[in-house]
Amino acid sequence: MDILDILLSASFWAATVRIASPLIFATLGELICERAGVLNLGIEGIMVIGAFAGWMAVYLGTGLWAGVAVAMLAGMLFGLLHATLTVPFGLSQHVVGLGITLLATATASFAYRLSLPEVTSPPKIEPFQPLEIPGLSQIPLLGPALFSQTALTYLAFVLIVVVSVVLYRTPLGLALRAAGENPASVEAQGLSVTAIRMGAVIVGSGLMGVGGAFLTMSAFSSFFFEMVNGRGWICIALVVFGAWRPGKAALGALLFAAFDALQVRLQQTPMGALIPYQVFLMVPYVLSILALVLMSRRAEVPAALMVPFNKGER
Amino acid sequence: MNNEPKAGLSRRHLMASAAGIAATGLAGLPTRAFAADPIKVAGIYTVPVEQQWVSRIHKAAEAAVAAGAADYTYTENTANTDYPRVMREYAEQGYKLIVGEIFGVEAEAREVVDEYPDVAFLLGSSFLPDEAHPNLSVFDNYIQDASYLSGIIAGAMTKGNIGMVGGFPIPEVNRLMNAFMAGAREMNPDIRFQVSFIGSWFDPPKAKETAFAMIDGGADLLYAERFGVSDAAMERGVLAIGNVIDTQADYPDTVVASAIWHFEPTLDAALAKVAAGAFTAENYGLYSFMKEGGCSLAPLGTFEGKVPEAALALVAEREAAIRDGSFTVEINDEEPKSS
Repeated sequence: MDILDILLSASFWAATVRIASPLIFATLGELICERAGVLNLGIEGIMVIGAFAGWMAVYLGTGLWAGVAVAMLAGMLFGLLHATLTVPFGLSQHVVGLGITLLATATASFAYRLSLPEVTSPPKIEPFQPLEIPGLSQIPLLGPALFSQTALTYLAFVLIVVVSVVLYRTPLGLALRAAGENPASVEAQGLSVTAIRMGAVIVGSGLMGVGGAFLTMSAFSSFFFEMVNGRGWICIALVVFGAWRPGKAALGALLFAAFDALQVRLQQTPMGALIPYQVFLMVPYVLSILALVLMSRRAEVPAALMVPFNKGER
Repeated sequence: MNNEPKAGLSRRHLMASAAGIAATGLAGLPTRAFAADPIKVAGIYTVPVEQQWVSRIHKAAEAAVAAGAADYTYTENTANTDYPRVMREYAEQGYKLIVGEIFGVEAEAREVVDEYPDVAFLLGSSFLPDEAHPNLSVFDNYIQDASYLSGIIAGAMTKGNIGMVGGFPIPEVNRLMNAFMAGAREMNPDIRFQVSFIGSWFDPPKAKETAFAMIDGGADLLYAERFGVSDAAMERGVLAIGNVIDTQADYPDTVVASAIWHFEPTLDAALAKVAAGAFTAENYGLYSFMKEGGCSLAPLGTFEGKVPEAALALVAEREAAIRDGSFTVEINDEEPKSS
């Protein structure tokens, strides 16, 4: 299999879409927070708690969609904590974010051991199964890649559109973007910057929770402490890569996933015997950094990102 | 966390009542107990106890408690940066034998070992024992014998393309992969191996994606070193060979055979040495060899009758030869490569 064969195989594109799905959820979540002016470094931990909570709910007998809702609520809960500390209290967003990541990760492992004190191997749930969309899944190449995925993947792609429309076509989106650019103008409209920013962080964190849950409920079927494995940090970079625009950020997620799916396949070609495996593992990151450099030259950072807003202050 | 051992509670209770009896005037009764006193053992693990590798140590320790030989408590999920602190805590609390894994804290752990010369340390390590640290013995899962036998079965079950997903190419992983490959080549010297490392111990989604890629690349049998690989095999209807633990119950139509590690001989040997006051710097890795009972091939179970007779005959022949010492599986710690 050489590179061309790989790029023309449907399974490569299906893998790309699968790998991208959790990143799309969490990237959209981070993007919502940042567009409102709050950097959410709690993302990595919030994904862990989402992965745990959703999976645990299903393990305890709720349905899969109820599990997704639980993951979202768990994410929102930590989002609420993050928002409270960073928005009304105006604390350092870096410190709070990293603190939330540590707290959420530790909470997940603590809750895991409390609820499952004596297990011999991590229990499994029945995860989301691939759902073939009649007709569309028959299209060559595109069909297996896009239309034979699990329901959560479809949801991720629907969300790209929803987030775009809300951000750019609704008064709410306008207010949210304004809160991240020029909060004083929002206040002048008689809207509460605090409420908008808190709402954005809470909703965004909910999406991060679902992104984590994708790993335990669709990509895999049981929970491991370290399984989020840095995906949250990648999403922070993807937001920058996408110049704070949902469509471009999702494209970035797909690009990163494609590099990952490619390196996994290249490792098994005769090339794999010649080049150290670490080089392959680096490929998605190196290429993403290169793309980031190229893409972000014209990016417009939300002007009030990481700037706390104090009402009445001039 | 419910890791306070029940045996410990009852013993404390017993000692308290013994002290009580002594206090009420019945002196002469031994307040300090019996010859077959259980040895206080503490486990320190960097991962949860249900992780494959550590689960074997945990299981052996619980068996030792059940047999009355040990008093056991443990700390799991200990970060490498925290590891020396936890070692000190147990050493200070009077634990006699500390079991764990120091692959990520080799140097610092040895400093702690030197501070507590009266405590026996039995730790998984990439290095050999050293007289400079007489109270530190090392072990690792040298189960290449069983891996080799599972390879023979794999070689008979594949049409000629095997996928292997590993975490990191460290000696322990490489050794077992190489033994497995040697076994498979016994049945079919032309097998193509696809080898990948995912750069993580716990990323089952990534392990699964890598396994999918191997199946796309023609693999019809996977060597499941990581969680996630058997899941990919099951979803695509190909076979898998297990490693360290037997997972056939979860994947009855997928996992053909597994090379299993038994930590019991290692721990029992260490407990005996501690009890006899003869614990020294040794390589306990040898206790994982098949002739010591440290590893075995899991029963075929659901694949009974589905593995070619020729392979089973060779497995039986080689197993007997390994046990009587007339055949030695090569220990090769080099990183395996795709062929």
